[in-house]
Amino acid sequence: MEATPPREPQVDRSIDDQELLPELVTHLRDARTELREQWAARISDAHLLSAMTDEEIFSMATAVYDNYVGVLETGSVEELQAYAQDLSERIIPRGVEIHEVVDIVLLLRDVLARSLFEKYQKDFELLNRVLDAYEPAANRIANTVAVSFVRERERVIRQQQDAMRELSTPVLQVRERVLVLPIIGLLDNQRAQQLTEQLLTGIRTHRAKVVVLDITGVPDVDESVANHLVLAVDASRLMGASVILTGVSPEIAQTLVTIGVDLDKVNTVGDLQGGVEEAERRLGLNVIGADTPGDHQA
Amino acid sequence: MLVSILRQGNCLIASIHEALNDGEMVQFQNDLVKQIGTHRARGVIIDVAALDVLDSFGSRTLQRIARMARLRGAETVIVGIQSGVAFAMARLGMHLDDVHTALDLEEGMQYLARVLRSDGRRARR
Repeated sequence: MEATPPREPQVDRSIDDQELLPELVTHLRDARTELREQWAARISDAHLLSAMTDEEIFSMATAVYDNYVGVLETGSVEELQAYAQDLSERIIPRGVEIHEVVDIVLLLRDVLARSLFEKYQKDFELLNRVLDAYEPAANRIANTVAVSFVRERERVIRQQQDAMRELSTPVLQVRERVLVLPIIGLLDNQRAQQLTEQLLTGIRTHRAKVVVLDITGVPDVDESVANHLVLAVDASRLMGASVILTGVSPEIAQTLVTIGVDLDKVNTVGDLQGGVEEAERRLGLNVIGADTPGDHQA
Repeated sequence: MLVSILRQGNCLIASIHEALNDGEMVQFQNDLVKQIGTHRARGVIIDVAALDVLDSFGSRTLQRIARMARLRGAETVIVGIQSGVAFAMARLGMHLDDVHTALDLEEGMQYLARVLRSDGRRARR
């Protein structure tokens, strides 16, 4: 029972604090029009969101403002999270940068804080407590919005990477039993592995005898990727297909020789055209060797 | 039956139906090399299409069989290596450099027919 008296003021204060936030919310709701205008003015002063029209900024500002106050009221960021994600899906493709978004949310935080300051400045102690209640919530909101945007951006990047991976290694049949694999873009280990899989499956499905691997569009390779290519060539031979490597750039040629990749068994031809011609010649030679009348006379 | 060895003209077609352990692999090697003489075979096709694993001993044995067959006067083709097996073999450094490989049985028979025909011509000359 002794502990009760010293606690009493604390309990009182905490009840007060709990009442503080609703009071803040009421104030911010009452001053909604004015504060929103102030905020919009500061956004355009700071030349943010140049990619959006004034009407768009205004409607976004309204929604964000209401969401913001809503979060202060309920303390739950879920709705704001959903809104921020939806918003970022819409505006990231239009070139709105993350720093702009964070700036905007921080501006709103400042506008609201300033308004609270004006309202409560006469009572310094109350002002302190108001800010104590307001600041953590406001920071959490800024954090939530920023994280939602970064997440959305990462999602877009991942999606694009997947799309690139899908597109990046087509297996094309250019003649009966001749495949061409044009490789464009950076080859990392993962892509090299995927490429090998597609090459070997392609050999089986197309019953290929010759495969032209064109790396004109590859800027550079490192040692492990180069070794992986050599493995792919060996594996293709085991499946009965020979590989012709074309389009080796000066940089890649230098890299391969410098790091000492064993390319003795790999056939290389300068460009894709030469590679396809060589492939035809190989198929042609096989036929001539066995079946042409000229051979019988010899 | 793990392996069947069939005669087709002057060729032997050996199909491996399931994974062989080292002892069975050696047994297969002995049988095949012996039958080359019995059937006077000029060509050998080893079909491994049913295997989705081939260890380094297996690959080496196939290579040895090809060399032995050559000494007994027959040309060997290994056919039907699955893509996963091919990659694993390449990774193990089993290139089978001196053995001809083909996509499937049909390809292998075409190759042998071609090689044996040109051999025959050379012999007649």
